[in-house]
Amino acid sequence: MSSISSPANPNETLLKQHAAREKWVLLGLSAPALILVLIVMVLPVGWLFYLSFIGSEGTVSMENYARMLESKSYGRIFVTTFKVSVLTTAICIAIGYPLAYFLSQLPSRAANICMLAVLLPFWTSLLVRTYAWLVLLQRKGLINTWGIEAGLWSEPIALVHNLTGTLIGMVHIMLPFLVLPLYSSMKAIDPDYLKAASNLGAKPSQSFWQVFFPLSLPGLFAGSLIVFVLCLGFFVTPAVLGGGKIIMVSNQITNNIELFFNWGAASALGVVLLVVTLVILYVASKLLPLDNVMGGGH
Amino acid sequence: MSQTGALPISISQVTKRYGDVYALDNVDLEVKRGEFLTLLGPSGSGKTTLLMALAGFTRPDHGSIRFGDNEIILTPPHKRDVGMVFQSYALFPHMDVAANVGFPLKLRKVGKPEIAERVNEALETVQLAGYGERRINQLSGGQKQRVALARAIVFSPRILLMDEPLSALDKKLREHMQIELRHLHEKLGMTTVYVTHDQREALTMSDRIAVINHGRLMQLDTPRAIYDRPANRFVADFIGESTFLELDTKNGQLSFGGNVIKAPGWSGDTGKPALILRPERLVITSRTAGKAMNLFTATVRELVYQGDTSLMYAGLADGTEVTVRAGTRTGAAIENISIGDDITLGLHPDDTVVIDEAGEELAS
Ligand SMILES: Nc1ncnc2c1ncn2[C@@H]1O[C@H](COP(=O)(O)OP(=O)(O)O)[C@@H](O)[C@H]1O
Ligand SMILES: [Mg+2]
Repeated sequence: MSSISSPANPNETLLKQHAAREKWVLLGLSAPALILVLIVMVLPVGWLFYLSFIGSEGTVSMENYARMLESKSYGRIFVTTFKVSVLTTAICIAIGYPLAYFLSQLPSRAANICMLAVLLPFWTSLLVRTYAWLVLLQRKGLINTWGIEAGLWSEPIALVHNLTGTLIGMVHIMLPFLVLPLYSSMKAIDPDYLKAASNLGAKPSQSFWQVFFPLSLPGLFAGSLIVFVLCLGFFVTPAVLGGGKIIMVSNQITNNIELFFNWGAASALGVVLLVVTLVILYVASKLLPLDNVMGGGH
Repeated sequence: MSQTGALPISISQVTKRYGDVYALDNVDLEVKRGEFLTLLGPSGSGKTTLLMALAGFTRPDHGSIRFGDNEIILTPPHKRDVGMVFQSYALFPHMDVAANVGFPLKLRKVGKPEIAERVNEALETVQLAGYGERRINQLSGGQKQRVALARAIVFSPRILLMDEPLSALDKKLREHMQIELRHLHEKLGMTTVYVTHDQREALTMSDRIAVINHGRLMQLDTPRAIYDRPANRFVADFIGESTFLELDTKNGQLSFGGNVIKAPGWSGDTGKPALILRPERLVITSRTAGKAMNLFTATVRELVYQGDTSLMYAGLADGTEVTVRAGTRTGAAIENISIGDDITLGLHPDDTVVIDEAGEELAS
């Protein structure tokens, strides 16, 4: 061996071989994960993609996509989906930002206890929580009973089986997804920045709007994006609290399969939803400082 | 940015407790108009707490702080009009350099053209002309430090506070910045309170040094006086290296091991007198040559060559180990000594400083 390597670069070949071997070992170690991703992600999505191009005759066709363009009801479904998602995200921001700000200003013990309250719903079944809202919001539910007894209103208000009920339920479920990243990005803001702002002459409100708020934006964008994307594909809450009036893409997918046994149409909807979501994520990652969501670090 | 705006600071009986810990314990301190005063003390001694009390971020339990004639103890930070350089620099990462430096001017509703002009001027002052458009994360540590400084002086505050501003820099840059900050202070003339735990930095930069320990003022004086005439054991120990020799008193005379110690600076108070031996003030001499000095016989225990100087560890008759530092010029006495030699060490009477070990606190 020593005769091969030139005396000016001792061990050069050996070191190169060593580096190459290391590369193969690393590849071997990550193989199980790659195979798992292939089985649980790539194959099903590929299958879905394939199904979406199979028409009712069992042949390859574009009819599933063509129907989406022709039928007005599909347009309505997409509009509803976006409307519900945008409204839910907006309401989550309106409630979640002050909440996260409040938590971030608490001493850490108190903050941890409050955080537990925010997280608690996470550990309860989604379905149970949604039905609980049904109990609270229906015509003879707790809220209407109390409201009428207290004389706040005289006729039961329609709080459920409509957009209102859907939004209430979805905001409740989505709130932690907004608060968590927002809170952690607020906690990461060095208190010295606010001291510096104040030292330089900023009133508390100026410190907040000119320093704290801009620095919390990445967390806000991250949380909002997560909420929005989760909303796009949400199923249970609109199904239970929307009372059949709020039909989102995922509800239509279920209808297609359960009522019409039309796998092709359902798959096409799934593909469109997936593509729309990816496009939104891509555009957002280009436009917004999304280091936190995309795992880009600092 | 002129001297006329500088304000004196008057701190009296300021106390701040955290649980059982006194971060500040009845501190009285006068900072003169336009003075560069350094708070020097070990970590946890209360330096930051005092600075934060001046800036308005720490509310003392009691006491009074006046800027000029105005009591400001209840004034919120944003109305105190003091410049501050944070240890972390605290530069806003979402703004570029110019926006950071212009921030205090924008808050003061200065017009845009004037902001641009003053920002450029401030950046020039800290030798960062042309860096206005840089993002904060594109700057090196030294540059961040300068931007933080520019932001703190751009609105011509009458008082400038700095909390260990150079501690994140490497040694060379730090020493360079010490001189630069000193020049800047001479040019701008703001009353400056500077915090450091680095004694050499304090000695280099300050008009006066306030040494604090456990939230108490141990000594307040010029760098030379602090080094040459430490008021107590803590100051002597913290600033420079010192060995302490307990002395005997008889008829108002000091002695060590039977030999009279000549100490012109000794006030003659009763108490527990101790002699401070600084390594560089001790000289290697002989009984005859050093007749005018206080002499000690010692045995050489160890020699350490350190390039510019050599260190010698020697044992006195009573067993105390003293350190001698001497230059390594060719032919210097220390170059001709070996371990085990018996030698004579001399201490000039003017370098002979005696403290009272019984009194820890600054007599004021
Ligand atoms: N917010 C605080 N809560 C509790 N103790 C504190 C707080 N700030 C400072 N201390 C204590 O007060 C003392 C002085 O702290 P500090 O002023 O930061 O010291 P230095 O700046 O000289 O290192 C230390 O013992 C420190 O632990
Ligand atoms: Mg400190």
